[in-house]
Amino acid sequence: MSATNTTTDNTPRLALANITKQYPGCLANDHISLSLEPGEIHALLGENGAGKSTLVKTIYGIVAPDKGTIFWNGRPVEIRSPAHARDLGIGMVFQHFSLFETLTVKQNIELCLTPAQLHEIGDLAKRIRELSDHYQLNVDPERYVHSLSIGERQRVEIMRCLVQSVSLLILDEPTSVLTPQEVEGLFRIMRTLSAEGCSILFISHKLNEVTEVCHHATILRGGKVIDTCVPSEETPNSIAKMMVGDLAEQDAGYRKAQGTKPVLVSKGLSLSAKQPFGTSLKNINFELKAGEILGIAGVAGNGQDELMAAISGEDGRPLANVLFLDGTEIGRANAGKRRRLGLTYVPEERLGRGAVPEMSLTENMLLTNHKPFVKHGWVNWQQAKSYTQGLIERFRVKCHGDHSEARSLSGGNLQKFIVGREIEQEPKVLMCSHPTWGVDVGAALAIHQALLELRDQGAAILLISEDIDELFLLADRMGALCDGHLSPIVATESTSIEQIGEWMAGTFIDIEAANP
Amino acid sequence: MEIQKRKEPSTLMTFLSPVMAIVLTLIFGSILFLALDKSPLQALHVLLIQPLSDAYNISEMLVKMGPLLLCAVGLSLCYRANLWNIGAEGQLLAGALGGSAMALALIEFDSPLALVATLVAGILSGMVWAAIPTFLRLRFNSNLILTTIMFNYIALYLLVWAVHGPLRDPDGFGFPESALFSDATTLPVLADFGRVHLGVLFAFLAAIGAWIVLSKTHLGFQIRVLGADEPAARYAGFNSRRISWFVMLVAGGLAGLAGVAEVAGPIGQLTPVVSPGYGYSAIIVAYLGRLHPMGAIIAAIFLAVLYMGGDLAQIEMGIPIAVVGMFQGTLLFFLLACDFLINHRITFTKSSFKG
Repeated sequence: MSATNTTTDNTPRLALANITKQYPGCLANDHISLSLEPGEIHALLGENGAGKSTLVKTIYGIVAPDKGTIFWNGRPVEIRSPAHARDLGIGMVFQHFSLFETLTVKQNIELCLTPAQLHEIGDLAKRIRELSDHYQLNVDPERYVHSLSIGERQRVEIMRCLVQSVSLLILDEPTSVLTPQEVEGLFRIMRTLSAEGCSILFISHKLNEVTEVCHHATILRGGKVIDTCVPSEETPNSIAKMMVGDLAEQDAGYRKAQGTKPVLVSKGLSLSAKQPFGTSLKNINFELKAGEILGIAGVAGNGQDELMAAISGEDGRPLANVLFLDGTEIGRANAGKRRRLGLTYVPEERLGRGAVPEMSLTENMLLTNHKPFVKHGWVNWQQAKSYTQGLIERFRVKCHGDHSEARSLSGGNLQKFIVGREIEQEPKVLMCSHPTWGVDVGAALAIHQALLELRDQGAAILLISEDIDELFLLADRMGALCDGHLSPIVATESTSIEQIGEWMAGTFIDIEAANP
Repeated sequence: MEIQKRKEPSTLMTFLSPVMAIVLTLIFGSILFLALDKSPLQALHVLLIQPLSDAYNISEMLVKMGPLLLCAVGLSLCYRANLWNIGAEGQLLAGALGGSAMALALIEFDSPLALVATLVAGILSGMVWAAIPTFLRLRFNSNLILTTIMFNYIALYLLVWAVHGPLRDPDGFGFPESALFSDATTLPVLADFGRVHLGVLFAFLAAIGAWIVLSKTHLGFQIRVLGADEPAARYAGFNSRRISWFVMLVAGGLAGLAGVAEVAGPIGQLTPVVSPGYGYSAIIVAYLGRLHPMGAIIAAIFLAVLYMGGDLAQIEMGIPIAVVGMFQGTLLFFLLACDFLINHRITFTKSSFKG
């Protein structure tokens, strides 16, 4: 194998020619062609719905293309199934892991090997240790998966591919669940693999990562290849421009604000986990002030959902003397009462929580904003309809109209609708979980600006996000959650990505324990 | 041939599915009649057309439709809120028992208030019978399906005990029946050609009322949200306990009204056999009517026709009465099968190039 990224012969590892896939109502891939050299790290970029997932599923044998040919090492192949893809040497790490928590690492890896492969490998544990040392994966074959962190689990998924000696590794948004330090580790692994000739197809939304680690990039929009580039010669901004036009430039350099009086106060909030795999909240203290955005960073599953449910009242368990909304004790109030006191919430799940999938937008507007439209228990549907039409217009929600079902909207449009609905109730406090997760750049820009406008009108915003860049962009003050502990809160301008990254990994917890 | 998930559920299929299920049931029934050496055409005529052939038959059909519709309207509300109340039969029997106790206690009174008291007693008994499983569900998170089914049996045996014991007619030669109710506690008949009584009118009013609640009020909206998407209801801060109590008590009350209207109406006394399973058939009515109160009216008429037709078929053609139960079962079976097409579609393709 060549030790460099350039190839000596001219056969690409993988070449796609005119791949086309039609779904009912949407042309997911429209004559897509691209090629990957051995050892190349190739980024696949595009907004949501641009066709990235369909394309990688085609390569991994999950989706059969309607038209087009796949060339593998120069030969046309028809990849019939993921098993067939693995046989060829194609491995894929999905965004959502498929590991059994009750089994060890070795058992998990064993499960996806054929008897022939197992026979060939011989001592699997030894092989895992060798690979782990070689690639610095730090994967112990005997550990149980439930005891592993998200980053470690991802490395187990990668290990699963390596054991089968892959020559093409597909990574679907691998960094979205990692702390900045873990991301660095992943990049190191990717570079080692690349140097040994393994090609990598890398899907990410985070453009600075793409410029850092990828050799080539293909940009998709609406199922078509819009552009290709060499990321190292571009900046994240210029790539974003290729993806969506010049929206990305507008979404930067917002003014920071100074909060006034505290409106949402948490004094020593501790709450045990409701579910067996949930996170307990441990002595959470913060003051959210009017006219500021307080950003809370953290890797998913470190207590964000629990914290939000405790504040919103969805948790349902009474709390004594810990939560105050504008001076009123709200620990015992139910979610409806807290809403009436001026708390609104944009939840993480848009469909199935923030909106009822099979109900119309008018009905979904009424879901949380019923006060103006209900008199003595009777709903004024006419008024609700015309207000919803206005809301759709003001927040530029792309849909057929107020009668559209929530589930017929794209993620970004539904999110604009929900954010608009919550903002227009003129809340004292708006809670916001991952507001732009999986949302295209245009919608993200609109949501960012709406949140900042609300802040400038004097509302307090509690923003939870896994996207550190977004937090630095929007938040006036920041902290991080780790294992149910909340770090100190600092002004965004006086901290750094490194510090927040360390806090996400929990370095502040010991300090706190030492000085109670 | 390929099965694909639809992007949006088909509105057409939502309404076409019950029609398809009925057609399939009739085809299946015809095959069965052939196997029994009966003419399918004649059998279907007796089952479905004859019950609607004259004023008397129609009024008898309406008498059977009343309790079906009352129970189905309540069940539709419960199912809309995702509460699997299978206890309409028990609530109906409880209503019949409670109403009978009141009617017998007031047997000497000759005042319109006696009838009101009887009906109220029936409604309250049905509500109590629904309240106990509701409480168990909200307090201990017990399975509503199991508790409501068990309460059906408790109500049945309580009723059987009552007609053999405290409520038995002392002058009834030991037959397990109560005394006949006085005229003051009997529901007035609406027309002179049959037994159509006030209870049938109540059933129509209940359906219209439930429709207005579901479509025009905030409470109805909350019921629909709770049923469609519980996390959304919690997120919006709806009081799911209050909603659960409301739909369960309404369902219990309506089923109780159905029960008391039977004993104070066509039967005129308490007997061990108050209901031929109206509370269970109402589940089919609710589904066939798409959990919509107006749909329930059409579905209740259809099932009432089937009940009537079953009696007629037994008399005229010697077809066993079990045919009614079988028709109901097959109907529900085909309905659930056809509902698959609401969210899925079947496309016929030439073999795709997948290996």
